[in-house]
Amino acid sequence: MNKNQQERYKQHNFTILENRLIARHTWLMRLEGDTSELTAPGQFVNLEVEGCFLRRPISVCDYSDTTLTLLYDTVGKGTERMSEMAAGESINLISGLGNGFWTDIEATAPVLVGGGIGCAPLLALARMLKAEGKAPEVILGFNTAADVVMTDMFAEIEVPCHISTADGSMGVKGFVTDAMRHCAEQGKTFDYFYACGPLPMLRALTTGTDIPGQLSLDERMACGFGICMCCSLETRDGAKRICKDGPVFTKEELIWK
Amino acid sequence: MEIKNTNHSPIVHDPRLEVEICGVKLHNPIIPASGCFGYGYGMTEFYDIDILGSISFKGTTLEPRYGNPLPRTAECYQGMINSVGLQNPGIHKVISDELPRMREAFHNPIIANISGFSIDEYVECCRLIDREEQVEIIELNVSCPNVHGGGMAFGTCAASVAEVVREVKKVISKPLVVKLSPNVTDIVEIAKAAEKAGADGLCVINTLLGMRINLKTGKPVVANVMGGFSGPAIFPVALRMVWQVSHAVNIPVIGCGGVSTAEDVLEMMMAGARAVEVGTANLINPYACPDIIAALPAAMDKYRIESLTALTK
Repeated sequence: MNKNQQERYKQHNFTILENRLIARHTWLMRLEGDTSELTAPGQFVNLEVEGCFLRRPISVCDYSDTTLTLLYDTVGKGTERMSEMAAGESINLISGLGNGFWTDIEATAPVLVGGGIGCAPLLALARMLKAEGKAPEVILGFNTAADVVMTDMFAEIEVPCHISTADGSMGVKGFVTDAMRHCAEQGKTFDYFYACGPLPMLRALTTGTDIPGQLSLDERMACGFGICMCCSLETRDGAKRICKDGPVFTKEELIWK
Repeated sequence: MEIKNTNHSPIVHDPRLEVEICGVKLHNPIIPASGCFGYGYGMTEFYDIDILGSISFKGTTLEPRYGNPLPRTAECYQGMINSVGLQNPGIHKVISDELPRMREAFHNPIIANISGFSIDEYVECCRLIDREEQVEIIELNVSCPNVHGGGMAFGTCAASVAEVVREVKKVISKPLVVKLSPNVTDIVEIAKAAEKAGADGLCVINTLLGMRINLKTGKPVVANVMGGFSGPAIFPVALRMVWQVSHAVNIPVIGCGGVSTAEDVLEMMMAGARAVEVGTANLINPYACPDIIAALPAAMDKYRIESLTALTK
């Protein structure tokens, strides 16, 4: 296996173009390889990491025909090992996993809400929504100013970006829900939401708003392609695999216990 | 069913790989293990699953089961723990929905993996699946807790194993393979009890009970605290048990546990296995089984093995 694996459907060897620290614990890894299986923002790839038995599922931040950008926090053995990898090294990954976000929605003013590393998949989504003539705005929530990422990326694609930090060191003090409230006070109205982040954030968002939306979930996975049932979630439509049937679900599908 | 892509190494049909288990001929000994391959059709996006000797489908119970709470998996050195908890749509849905989809994608013998929490449940499930075309072997998972036996797993008690085998044998016509739990003091005693009760074959072994603790929280990683430990780390344990069991019984043994390479398959068969199940390897490399099948002939040449059946004679 690994190093000499041949190129196959969904399983490819990518070359690292850059891998750099962009915030306190957050890294940006840009890779070159066959991205043809990526069809929507919000999909993920499952990376083989040396010294780790299971692959590491990482959400795709952005992609082109030949490159892939991933953001990841160093939270354990796998992501720490990833942060030690250098440009030029090869990494085996399974691509095009999950269904991602869909953009054929009725709304015209969607808000994209990200919490921590959950902000990553919102970049490609914002660009796509914009290209389709919608007016997306982004709300990103972090613990503190030193954790804030992606504001430059959203500025580059000219999507308004609002920040909240739990300690108030940047933007609105509090959580993304406080930033939402702040936006409302400024007279902004959103008619749809997309969200990715920690479960308490997703719960607070879902229960605190009347607008429809899509949420991207994260869970410990083994295979990442729908076979092992390790990430199976009880939804209103029965058990769904987060990796295969998700990771994006509608607000209505999810059960908040 | 449309097969999106079959760009695995071309597999030439090789008579040297043919094996037979409980009178069922397989064109090669590679069988994805239950719980690591669903009902097969989900893997057709990666390759043409007809290259597999057989498939042991996802453990099926009488009633639908959601299974255990999340998280259900923890990483280990050269292995993983799962506590999926037998999530499955129940035998009736399996027969009406899953099996037809499986048959569309797969045309070789199917092994039906059946679980239960009481003798009656095992009997009813096996009776129903026994009538199904293409199901050629029934594999009994006896690792579930016995709700009438104080919650102890059927597979940890020779008398319970014997009882469930005897009762199931009364209602089926197809060969019965009992998948043994390694979480016992003496697996040979259980194996002999299953044989005496009428089992036609044995699958050795199921997962080892294990756990991990998250150092940051001080709490178990999987919500169910414990789970089944699998992967290459358990291969030596599985191999040892295959050896012990196959030398103690006269019925065929399917080797299972940590198999990831063609060499592992040969080792299992040298220990006495007639066929080999591949489980966790599928989860980290979806092409694990075609890779193993493709590598077998060269590995056999290297060790001067004429045919796989010659290994177990």
